[in-house]
Amino acid sequence: MSVVETKALVKRFGDVVAVNSIDLRIEEGEFLVLLGPSGSGKTSLLRMVAGLEKPSDGQILIGGKDVTFMPPRARNLSMVFQSYALYPHMNVFRNISFPLKAEGLPYEERKKKVEWAASIFGIEHLLHRKPRQLSGGQRQRVALARAVVREPGVFLLDEPLSNLDAQLRATARDEIKQFQRRIGTTTIYVTHDQVEAMGMGDRIAVMHLGNMHQLGTPQELYREPADTFVATFLGSPPMNLVKKDSCIIGFHPEHFLPEDVLHPETATFSFAFEVTRVEYLGADRFLYGMVQGAEGPTRIISKVPSLVTLNFEAGRKYTFVVQESDLKYFDHASGKRIPPLPFTTVEPTAQAVVS
Amino acid sequence: MPAVLYIVLLVGVPFALSIAYSFSDVTIGDQSIDFVGLETYERVVDNPVFQTSLVNNFRFTLFSQVLVTTLSIILALALAQDFPGKWFFRFLILLPWVTPIALGTVGWLYMLDTIYSPFDYVLRELGFLANVEGKGGFVRGLTDSLQSLGLVESDTALKLNCQVRGEREVCFFNMQWLGQDQTALGSVIAVHVWRMLPLSTVIVLAGLTSIPKDIRDAVAVDGVGHLRAFFEVTLPLIAPITGIATLFGLIYTFTDVTVIAVLTKGNPANETQVLPYWAYLKGIQGTNLAEGAAIALFMFPFLLVIAVLVLRFISRREVT
Repeated sequence: MSVVETKALVKRFGDVVAVNSIDLRIEEGEFLVLLGPSGSGKTSLLRMVAGLEKPSDGQILIGGKDVTFMPPRARNLSMVFQSYALYPHMNVFRNISFPLKAEGLPYEERKKKVEWAASIFGIEHLLHRKPRQLSGGQRQRVALARAVVREPGVFLLDEPLSNLDAQLRATARDEIKQFQRRIGTTTIYVTHDQVEAMGMGDRIAVMHLGNMHQLGTPQELYREPADTFVATFLGSPPMNLVKKDSCIIGFHPEHFLPEDVLHPETATFSFAFEVTRVEYLGADRFLYGMVQGAEGPTRIISKVPSLVTLNFEAGRKYTFVVQESDLKYFDHASGKRIPPLPFTTVEPTAQAVVS
Repeated sequence: MPAVLYIVLLVGVPFALSIAYSFSDVTIGDQSIDFVGLETYERVVDNPVFQTSLVNNFRFTLFSQVLVTTLSIILALALAQDFPGKWFFRFLILLPWVTPIALGTVGWLYMLDTIYSPFDYVLRELGFLANVEGKGGFVRGLTDSLQSLGLVESDTALKLNCQVRGEREVCFFNMQWLGQDQTALGSVIAVHVWRMLPLSTVIVLAGLTSIPKDIRDAVAVDGVGHLRAFFEVTLPLIAPITGIATLFGLIYTFTDVTVIAVLTKGNPANETQVLPYWAYLKGIQGTNLAEGAAIALFMFPFLLVIAVLVLRFISRREVT
């Protein structure tokens, strides 16, 4: 178990800066998620930590030791790949024991460790199968067992769930989180799926175009997004952003509710919301529609819980409100979070209702 | 349909004809097919050249294919690395394959010339060849100085070009690569390897590049050494495609005459004679079509076995 640090880590591919000066400290036993869309540099960052990619600049420390120029095998880490990268010609037992062979362990010990790792993931009965005889979920477990068996200092997981179907993904998410808790190994997990990130991460680093936009717990990121990118990347559906004259205001769909059902504790902010489509999802309804922003109509979404039994019809206008305390303010130009602006200057046309 | 027609006309008919010929006494002068039973086969087998050719055929095929496969794996591994000027080296490696093989082999004929061979020149300069004065050359100089220090017995200098014949030691001025029993087959094999290596290398290289990047990364992270990574991961993964390349190489080499026809024509004294060239000598040059056909048909069982192996290989290996 080790602390992983990156110091001003840079990766350039030609003129493209894939990773732009990232400072990160992953604490012992922490589960850190690198979250970002494709091309955000999250995988490059992970591969540099693994030693599979040489940094253009900066430093990587694992357990306090500078490993920047060390090969992967000197870093005492293991990695689970998106494709699982199982060795197709070896059976499951040989796949799992392969990293142990590298350490020169005798067969008896290897066997014991493989059986231990296999038992964690419930794949003892598959040890004699070849990877091609396994389902996607089973392959993923084999890949995890192979990563665990060496009891490494750091786990690196590169989108390990993206090849699974949706149902399996939910259970696998839970399993990975549980086993990580149990063995307490420092883990870096790369994903583009914010649901995975929110559900699994102790902390999440949100990346975009090589830059780290925010680092924090899932709650911090969701409640206090540092900029418009983080705000729109997290949550499903993501935060609504409406341009106003002096700034951008943002609010989560679940905070954007019909006037009649909200019992506000602070001042509220109301919109004329023209519903264009209603999506019924059982526990919630998503209302897609338009409000008037500074630069014309803006598409936004409201998430109405099933407790609200009001009827909504597409094509009609309703008055929807947001509590002032649920509003976030962002700078027009930079998209960065700014302190709340005085109410009236934000929205001269809206009716400010003080309850 | 056209493909079937094509195979029947160009492969099936000649094959059937050659079987018919082999049981007859057909010659170019008398083309009537008279059935003579196994008489032609008996005559072929009784010829001492037959055994030499058969053995040589296997030696030529197996030695060159073992070399080609081994060298092509090494070469492909080297070319798969990232280094400046990679495309240029790949181009160089491919050159022998795009050269018309008869021309390339004629080039080798000069390289292995009895008098002007550049190899002999280099060996002579180094002192590996005994020359008239018995002086000069790096090796000779080395043995001379060791001798003067009393470290070696006199006259231990390497003389590659000398043979003991009865009581006497006979030294040629040159190696006579293609003229001596010991070097002729080796030279032929070496030139054939030079010629077959590019294609095999390209095929193995394709196999190497088809190994997923994730697998190579996994090997790196799992921390195994280069040797173990090669023998336990890389080699098994390129084995199917290398196997196919080897089997095709075996068939190709077993029936190939180009290098032998240009370099030695089976000489010296049939030391480099192989079945296909002997069949040509007997059947076309010697006008005895029946014997030519019979000789050629002796290659059939071997080719059949290899062909069956290829087909089984292809049908067994389904992709993961």
